[in-house]
Amino acid sequence: MLLEVKNLRTEFKLKRGTVTAVDDISFTIDKGEILAIVGESGSGKSVTSLSIMGLLQKPGRVAGGEINFKSQDLNKMSQKELQKIRGNQISMIFQEPMTSLNPVWRIKDQIMENIMTHMNISKKDALARTVEMLDTVGIPSPAERANDYPHQMSGGMRQRVMTAMALSCDPELLIADEPTTALDVTIQAQILELLYRMREKFNMAVLLITHDLGVVSEAADRVIVMYCGKIVEEADVKSLFAQPLHPYTVGLLKSIPQIDDESDERLYMIKGMVPNPLNMPSGCSFSDRCDSCMDRCTKEVPKLQEINGHKVRCFLYEAKEGELNVK
Amino acid sequence: MNEVLMKVQDLSKHFTIETNFLGKPLSVLKAVDEVSFTIKKGEAFGLVGESGCGKTTLGKILVDLYSPTSGKIFFEGKELSALNKKQRRSYCKDIQMIFQDPYASLNPRMTIGDIIAEPIIINNLLPPSEVEERVIYLLNCVGLARHQRNRYPHEFSGGQRQRVGIARALAVEPKLIVCDEPVSALDVSIQAQVLNLLDDLKAEFGLTYLFIAHGLNVVKHISDRVGVMYLGKLMEIAPKRELYANPLNPYTQALLSAIPIINPEKKKERIILKGDVPSPINPPSGCRFCSRCFKELDRCKLNAPALREVSPDHWVACHLYD
Ligand SMILES: Nc1ncnc2c1ncn2[C@@H]1O[C@H](COP(=O)(O)OP(=O)(O)OP(=O)(O)O)[C@@H](O)[C@H]1O
Ligand SMILES: Nc1ncnc2c1ncn2[C@@H]1O[C@H](COP(=O)(O)OP(=O)(O)OP(=O)(O)O)[C@@H](O)[C@H]1O
Ligand code: SF4
Ligand SMILES: [Mg+2]
Ligand SMILES: [Mg+2]
Repeated sequence: MLLEVKNLRTEFKLKRGTVTAVDDISFTIDKGEILAIVGESGSGKSVTSLSIMGLLQKPGRVAGGEINFKSQDLNKMSQKELQKIRGNQISMIFQEPMTSLNPVWRIKDQIMENIMTHMNISKKDALARTVEMLDTVGIPSPAERANDYPHQMSGGMRQRVMTAMALSCDPELLIADEPTTALDVTIQAQILELLYRMREKFNMAVLLITHDLGVVSEAADRVIVMYCGKIVEEADVKSLFAQPLHPYTVGLLKSIPQIDDESDERLYMIKGMVPNPLNMPSGCSFSDRCDSCMDRCTKEVPKLQEINGHKVRCFLYEAKEGELNVK
Repeated sequence: MNEVLMKVQDLSKHFTIETNFLGKPLSVLKAVDEVSFTIKKGEAFGLVGESGCGKTTLGKILVDLYSPTSGKIFFEGKELSALNKKQRRSYCKDIQMIFQDPYASLNPRMTIGDIIAEPIIINNLLPPSEVEERVIYLLNCVGLARHQRNRYPHEFSGGQRQRVGIARALAVEPKLIVCDEPVSALDVSIQAQVLNLLDDLKAEFGLTYLFIAHGLNVVKHISDRVGVMYLGKLMEIAPKRELYANPLNPYTQALLSAIPIINPEKKKERIILKGDVPSPINPPSGCRFCSRCFKELDRCKLNAPALREVSPDHWVACHLYD
């Protein structure tokens, strides 16, 4: 096991009250594994990854739980100790490249700085490595483009610069928050291919956060589905798509425009809106939007139950004698 | 739906990358290179293409954030590119843009309600007493709630911020919206809400879209016609069903073959493009795609194919169809 997140709880203390953005989530990632997290926008995916990296901004804070990376609790480490791990053993591709690239620095200086902080190599070699990495992520004329400032690059190029930087020190764990949203499908396939190669070569593990269920289906080994800060379903990728259990997961899959659909019908929508985090429905947090909602759902909070590795948090299912039974 | 709303003729945008000591350009990046197409009133024109091929740049020229290096833009028959700054400004309200990078385009010091109210107030669209009601209506339209009105952008997730950008663009009731990756930051359930909303607005108010996106399933769903760009050039334009069923340009064929499918049990046959991605700084002479094309002919390296109509409404730039 490379990373173990145990009962993680992350809160934002605001004047209006406390928002629990990540609510008691637990999962593990093995060496060489690709674990995908999908879920409602605002469900706490990015906050989970920032919590792991120790990069939460105030007023956010980890309010409970453990984050064990190779058996050390990252949450107990000082920022100084974390800095040695970040960008080196664990690195991250941020969701919004513009907020994490420095606008007044050339691309090459940003990547070189990361390389030179963590690797004992000369400036010349760091530059060579930088150009090589830019080439690997498919930036044309990498030696020239290394001199660009972030605003001179297209959205997808900035995203790939982040990827180049994150991979430049051969990390053991890569946290990739929407690494391919700004990429066309051919370059996206190339980046996924690159992640595969890194896993073959260095046994790198990936925590892949994405909205693109096609990418999940092609790249991931296992999938976690989040809703309102909680894990509502977890399964290996084949079971999840063959047999989605949670009504939210089912709704997500139904909402996708199908490429072979020739009708111009409206898309399926899950009814209602994401609840106010300061005013969650009692019981199941999906209950006000769920078509299968029962009496019990608005009164009790369903637990995450597991059978044969497929986990689901919903009263429609009951774990009994090694089987999940549909009510 | 045959009235032309916008017509673009030989539009180019070149960026100077290096200059010599006299300020003379040494190398020029051709982000958009002699592109021509029309957008009809009430249609959604999808624009897809390789990352870095010039889609955002093209969109920014249309909303007057960049001035073109050359070429003409007509809007409702009027040549925008011939207007002076002041005259041009009166068209700004009509052509709005939803930006690719929602964080960089929202003022961090304003609440999201004020961000949406601002263009309504600046353009004097409503009496002050009605602005607030409109702001809440727009928030609801994009799936945000009244209680979020007084929050600041940093308090929102990436997808939530994108919806604020959409509400702001809708606020001034534009005629044409350049949507630059409006749903790629959204989960598929909110994506469905936003796409249905865009469809409704189109049906109800006759809104027209230039819809830039990488999600080929999304583009197929929302668009009437689709254009495919590669390295600053338009390679193919066709009605969506025709394009997806019968792609002619080899780049379009490669692109469509790379769409990920949602079935982990199945592996798909992909056209893997050979060669290095060429650079807009030194684009290949001849066809822009020739360095990576798998059907290349001798003449492809020599001269660039023109965009030609090969069957009704189906335009392609490729020597295979000469
Ligand atoms: N600085 C902050 N102050 C208050 N609330 C915050 C702050 N940062 C995040 N949140 C809240 O935490 C929740 C989780 O946000 P997070 O960014 O993790 O969502 P996400 O799952 O990554 O969504 P998306 O898919 O849209 O990126 C959201 O409801 C958001 O409003
Ligand atoms: N202000 C600028 N200065 C210099 N070069 C620029 C500038 N803006 C864009 N470019 C370059 O122009 C080309 C086209 O960029 P553009 O942002 O239009 O691409 P795009 O098609 O939107 O790509 P993506 O899908 O990745 O967003 C890129 O090579 C980019 O680096
Ligand atoms: S617990 Fe009840 S409300 Fe929640 S998802 Fe299951 S059926 Fe729906
Ligand atoms: Mg996020
Ligand atoms: Mg772009």
